[in-house]
Amino acid sequence: MDGDDETSDPMMDEIYANGGGDKGDKRSRRAIMSGDQLDVEAYAALYSGRTKIMRLLFIADKMKNAATQLEALRMAYDEIKKGENTQLFREVVQKIDGRLGPNYGVDTAWCDAVDRRAEQKKEKLENELNAYRTNLIKESIRMGFNDFGDFYYAHGQLGEAFKSYVRTRDYCTTSKHILHMCMSAILVSIEMGQFPHVTSYVSKAEQAPDALEPIPIAKLRCAAGLANLEAKKYKLAARKFLETGPELGSHYNDVIAPQDVATYGGLCALATFDRAELKSKVIDNSNFRNFLELVPEVRELINDFYSSHYASCLEYLGNLKANLLLDIHLHDHVETLYDQIRHKALIQYTHPFVSVDLNMMANAFKTTVAGLEKELEALITDNQIQARIDSHNKILYARHADQRNATFQRVLETGREFDRDVRSMLLRSNLIKHEYNIRALRKL
Amino acid sequence: MDPLEALVAQIQGLSSTSSDVNRLHSILKQADDSLRSESTRLFPLLTQLDPSIHSLGFLYILEASMIGPVTKTQAETAVPTVASFIGACSKEQIRLAPDKFLSVCKRLKDQVILLEAPIRGVAPLFTALRKLQVSSEHLTPLHSEFLLLCLLSKCYKTGLSVLDDDVFEVDHPRDLFLYCYYGGMICIGHKRFQKALDLLHNVVTAPMPTINAIAVEAYKKYILVSLIRNGQFSISLPKYSSSAAQRNLKNFCLPYVELANSYSTGKVAELEAYVKTNAEKFESDNNLGLVKQVVSSMYKRNIQRLTQTYLTLSLQDIASTVQLNSPKEAEMHVLQMIQDGEIYATINQKDGMVRFLEDPEQYKTCEMIEHIDSSIQRIMALSRKLTAMDEQISCDQLYLSKAGRERQRYDFDDFDVPQKFNI
Repeated sequence: MDGDDETSDPMMDEIYANGGGDKGDKRSRRAIMSGDQLDVEAYAALYSGRTKIMRLLFIADKMKNAATQLEALRMAYDEIKKGENTQLFREVVQKIDGRLGPNYGVDTAWCDAVDRRAEQKKEKLENELNAYRTNLIKESIRMGFNDFGDFYYAHGQLGEAFKSYVRTRDYCTTSKHILHMCMSAILVSIEMGQFPHVTSYVSKAEQAPDALEPIPIAKLRCAAGLANLEAKKYKLAARKFLETGPELGSHYNDVIAPQDVATYGGLCALATFDRAELKSKVIDNSNFRNFLELVPEVRELINDFYSSHYASCLEYLGNLKANLLLDIHLHDHVETLYDQIRHKALIQYTHPFVSVDLNMMANAFKTTVAGLEKELEALITDNQIQARIDSHNKILYARHADQRNATFQRVLETGREFDRDVRSMLLRSNLIKHEYNIRALRKL
Repeated sequence: MDPLEALVAQIQGLSSTSSDVNRLHSILKQADDSLRSESTRLFPLLTQLDPSIHSLGFLYILEASMIGPVTKTQAETAVPTVASFIGACSKEQIRLAPDKFLSVCKRLKDQVILLEAPIRGVAPLFTALRKLQVSSEHLTPLHSEFLLLCLLSKCYKTGLSVLDDDVFEVDHPRDLFLYCYYGGMICIGHKRFQKALDLLHNVVTAPMPTINAIAVEAYKKYILVSLIRNGQFSISLPKYSSSAAQRNLKNFCLPYVELANSYSTGKVAELEAYVKTNAEKFESDNNLGLVKQVVSSMYKRNIQRLTQTYLTLSLQDIASTVQLNSPKEAEMHVLQMIQDGEIYATINQKDGMVRFLEDPEQYKTCEMIEHIDSSIQRIMALSRKLTAMDEQISCDQLYLSKAGRERQRYDFDDFDVPQKFNI
């Protein structure tokens, strides 16, 4: 791609042929399949625990399609029924609003039973904990608090759960305990959306003196990635996700599925990495390839981006968009990431050329020439592309700054500025001196 | 013998050598009060004196004769006399009594304004200014009077000749404020916006214990000119400006600050709407014309921005991006800008396309090298001046005693001359 004009022209034809050609057709058909309505059941099966319920509810909130919405709500209902969170149960019932028939109404009996049991269990736990405390057995106290944390978490009192887990910290004796405490705290923090806590507990866990097992390491990387993603530090997020080991498997599915690692990591990397980094850290990364295999669309689009098949890359992105917007963690960042990826694609496309035919480029990006011109204009104004548009012939010409002229210009300008500044400074100093003299004269 | 006759005789007798003139000066000082009491009788006496030889005596009598209110007819007769005196008088003699000379010149200014013919005062005041000036760096109180007359009579070119001198020596701060303010207006009239900006900048950043009306008016124009010239305006003044100015100036000029904010959005329609709603305020400040220039400068700014992004662009597209009504109008704008050297472009009328070119300056020509050389020389001279000033201040008794006093508080043993001082 870094050839001169002559060799790159035929290549460009090829690129654009790829975008709309038969090869692209085959790809896009597959892409459309995945861009179809989200299969809620398959999606939900990737997760477990509270995040499954929350994700289902999130989809129900965002989904316009009533059938899918109810489907999500039904699954959430069933899932909650397995747990003990009556608060959440009531919310879901309210959302269902009787639309799913009598089987999905307010099950008062169940609620009462669960609440009663919870009451008893809480009492029991309190008694136990008090007993441990009088005996001053560290390990038992830790267990007591931990049980409390589990209890609160199961009942949806996240704040209390977090406090209980953190309290175990003083009673941790081995690094394993500390790791356990950190993992619990991270889990609750993610559920609460308190990502600064996540970062701090991840670093706490990583400071543990003993070498960690691969699975916890992978989990911590994921959590850190999520925290960075929420903080809009996409590059760091990409790094963390890319470092995640394949051992993760489905061990962390109460937070994140391996498919998500591929999607989050892949998109963040596309948006922030340069070509070399993309090659070395994403495409040649054997660890990450395992994740990418799970989401072929993302793999394909990264490869397309790298091999400059921007049209099909952007098509994949467009197809994925609807589903990504339903993701509980990514939805806020989709637009930003997409914009960045598109800008990078435009910049990369123009970079090796001295001149670019806008018609071809518009074709490659599946957009109109006028729209492309506007996008390029914004990038040029931002100084991200050094080029100028020949709007008459619809050609983009690269522009090379003339260092010599620029230096001359700057020198003269600096000289003028210095001149001005010094003059006005001398004047001011004379004024000050003058005032001082007047005052001195007055004193005399 | 009438005391006045005697005085005239003395003036005639004692105007040759410098020692005589000094004696005459003391005599005249004593006679000043009696002269003033007889001011009505003095005018005819002037015919007996030659302004070029008896400058000092002529000056005293003329000054005394001009006190009190004057009617138009009196002014008609007085103005030519004063003008010819200013033209003929000797530098050395009038510099002995600068106060009297200033007062005569000020009265001349009042009278030509009274006669509604300010142009008649321009030439005499210019001569007077040069005669009173010790060096070209010296700012006399006449500078501002002269510029005022230039403004009133619209003789901007004449005014520029004075403004091209760099002034450093100032008698009174008020002179400087007025000089820079009027000077700024003259430069605006001549569309020399950079120079105007410098002058107004001097007013705004000058040390001032309290805010004054001149500074406020100058600040308004400063905002407008910096928008026209630089396309932007930063609300914060440099930190060397006085705290009074930093705190209060913007509160007096809110409509202008708003205008600058509206300008920074880059939307012509918004700016025009704002100007329309606030036209009265600008009108009452006599700044409406300048405000209109600000609006039109925005079109230019936007066109200039296009040259950075486009190599060719149709007039139609220019019109729509810059929000002009028709391609024809866009063509006129582009044409004007090419003419003024603000952009480098060619218009292809057949296709209605504009081709933007790069700055053709290659910095290779003899003229350019000469220009650069002269710039270097100028900066070197300036730097020498700076060093001289530095030395002068570090030898200044007042400064040293003050700096020494302040220093003592920190360190008793250290009586060195401080190396660093902040101006």
